[in-house]
Amino acid sequence: MNFDYSDDQKFLKTEARKFLDAACTPAVVRGVLDDPARSYDEPLWRRIAEQGWLGAAIPEQYNGLGLGRIELCAIAEELGRVCAPVPFASTVYFLAEALMLAGSDEQKAKLLPKIAAGELIGAFATSEGPGAYSEAGIQARVEGGKLTGVKVPVTDGDVADYAVVLAKEAGRSGLYLVDLSGAGVTRETLKTLDPTRGVAKLTFAGAAAERLGPAGEGAALAEAVMDRAAVLLAFEQLGGADRSLEMAKSYALERFAFGRQIGSYQAIKHKLADIYVKNELARSNAYYGAWALNAGAAELPVAASAARVAASEAFWFASKENIQTHGGMGFTWEVDAHLYYRRSRQLALVAGAPAVWKERLVSQLERRNAA
Amino acid sequence: MDFTDSPEEVAYRTKARAWLEANAPKHPSTASVIGEEGALDLDDMARAKAWQAKKAQGGYAQITWPKEWGGGGGTPIESVIFGQEEAKVGAGGGGYFQIGLGMCVPTVMAFADDATKQRFVGPALRGEEIWCQLFSEPGGGSDVAAASTRAIRDGDAKDADWVINGQKVWTSGAHYADFGIVIVRTNPEAPKHKGLTMFWIDMKSPGIEVKPIHQMSGGSNFNEVYFTDVRVPDSQRLGAIDDGWKVSLVTLMNERLAVGGGSGLDYSTIMKLARSLQTSTGSALSDQAFRQKLADWYVQSEGLKFTRFRTMTALSRGQTPGPESSIGKIIAAGQLQDLANAAVEMEDQFGIIDDPAMAPLAAAFQGGLLSAPGLRIAGGTDEILKNIIAERVLGLPGDIRVDKDVAFKDMPRGR
Repeated sequence: MNFDYSDDQKFLKTEARKFLDAACTPAVVRGVLDDPARSYDEPLWRRIAEQGWLGAAIPEQYNGLGLGRIELCAIAEELGRVCAPVPFASTVYFLAEALMLAGSDEQKAKLLPKIAAGELIGAFATSEGPGAYSEAGIQARVEGGKLTGVKVPVTDGDVADYAVVLAKEAGRSGLYLVDLSGAGVTRETLKTLDPTRGVAKLTFAGAAAERLGPAGEGAALAEAVMDRAAVLLAFEQLGGADRSLEMAKSYALERFAFGRQIGSYQAIKHKLADIYVKNELARSNAYYGAWALNAGAAELPVAASAARVAASEAFWFASKENIQTHGGMGFTWEVDAHLYYRRSRQLALVAGAPAVWKERLVSQLERRNAA
Repeated sequence: MDFTDSPEEVAYRTKARAWLEANAPKHPSTASVIGEEGALDLDDMARAKAWQAKKAQGGYAQITWPKEWGGGGGTPIESVIFGQEEAKVGAGGGGYFQIGLGMCVPTVMAFADDATKQRFVGPALRGEEIWCQLFSEPGGGSDVAAASTRAIRDGDAKDADWVINGQKVWTSGAHYADFGIVIVRTNPEAPKHKGLTMFWIDMKSPGIEVKPIHQMSGGSNFNEVYFTDVRVPDSQRLGAIDDGWKVSLVTLMNERLAVGGGSGLDYSTIMKLARSLQTSTGSALSDQAFRQKLADWYVQSEGLKFTRFRTMTALSRGQTPGPESSIGKIIAAGQLQDLANAAVEMEDQFGIIDDPAMAPLAAAFQGGLLSAPGLRIAGGTDEILKNIIAERVLGLPGDIRVDKDVAFKDMPRGR
């Protein structure tokens, strides 16, 4: 048993932090935040590709680095710390994972090397409107290899080259791979809570779609992809939560009120201790999820749910209390606290809201209990 | 990260399991850590002592202690593995020895001379002698350094005895402990942290009177301990004169690791209850609001379990576990209170019944509801633990202190 990163993984993480501290400064994030025309930072995306991170967990036969998922978790944590404005999650946690989970040899050979090389951006499209999606409610239809329907919101759908779309064919759900540059695809960029990430409404009018994985398994496959993504996203959330705590702490040390550092008041100290406790519990749950993901363990659905629930709560709490600790300054556009507040919403919603995952967790526990 | 056993760990677990199957008591002690039982049950204590002796014989008492002191010479992970297996067979009874072996004896081992260590470590390890920790006082619970129990030297000889007068309170197990470590005021002219001294004492010394405290939960595990002209030889001193605060830090460092123990009530217990209760819309387990809370408890419990595992990994890499272990008690105690109350409310009108013969799960949730306030206070209140995290983990400033540079005798004091 070992409940920590290995020395090699720690080294990778340290190197990733050094790289991102230089390459993904707050100015880079704000470049995307303040420019409605940009939904990601292209130079940063290219440099991340050069680091090999996009292919970290992609097998060497597809030109990836062939590292484990835990290495990918370490990278995710660092990306979360800096609120990286890049389509990393959509491409790596969703598209690449979906391909590795359900893709045919041909699909993998066609797309994984491009992902690893940074030549391709992905997206994952399940939602069609407000409220959690359900298999029964899916309206998108595939007939004779042509997809018709609307998916909204689709994170990075404005810039993605390929999307994995949950749709129905002959009344049964399936996952479909769609080349977004093809005919019959319309994209509409949307205004969101987190302008450092791109989101679109995708309208398909007979767009060419090839099935990814077995027919009729779409909803189950989507859940399996979500489980994988949930663990990786939990590490981004963890990175953001820890960074929020650091920001709150350093402000509490430098800001004086009534002749003392505000960090010397128990109201602030206990608030920050509460953040710390939530972050540590989230970290522990995330580590278990990382192990389950990396080992392909049967516990993954439970471990991923727990990791996601804990990390979503931790990042939300840390990011909102970081603003509170900053007082009026925290409510300004100039202070970075709101970047994390926004990102905490983006990460908590992108793979399904916490309430959905809590329900998923409890149903898993019921099943385990019944078995 | 690897949450499965390594081959060595598999071997250790197999060995431990086989040993437990052959040796675990058929009728284990049922005493809980916080002591909800009424009067002291001598039969129960005897069962616990017999089990402790057997574990010592097998090398499973204090697995991480060196073999020369009767320990198992094992790793922290092995200790976790044995604990998991021991919990599975429900061997119980460790509560009597937790404070002694977790806090008092390590303090003795760190500060006493060889002869003293030889005399006490073995019997404590084998469960033959039980220790208690005499720190808190009526005038200082969270503020241990405000202790005013006085020790005065009887004469000027270099090895003159000390005479102790005063009162300790909240002493777990003082009513059955054989020995204790006590922190006393030796110099009231000095600021409060600089005039304390630590001693070990025989709880049967003339002048010691133990009065059990009747807890709000009905049980009596804690005590008031009165000292009236209790004579203690200077050879029983632990550490230098007036240097007791430093000694106490060694004791307290181990405290939160020792007190973190679970109540036995968790998400799975309340899930069982919910499944068994029918409402107008099916079992209580189908209630959406309840399911959301259940998920939160699961995530907290698992997070806590894996946080302990992370601490063990740090230990096994030779790192010292820091104050971050304070997390455990904050979460466990608060969750017990929430969960017990949710269960009681789920039972609706029936929830008020605290009779084990009638209430579901032998009134375990009602018991938890009444013991949880104690758990949130014992071994460091929620508030003190948050201060510790804020100051020692996050590096935030200490509170403004009005007592720091004042002679203890001049320190402002309430009733």
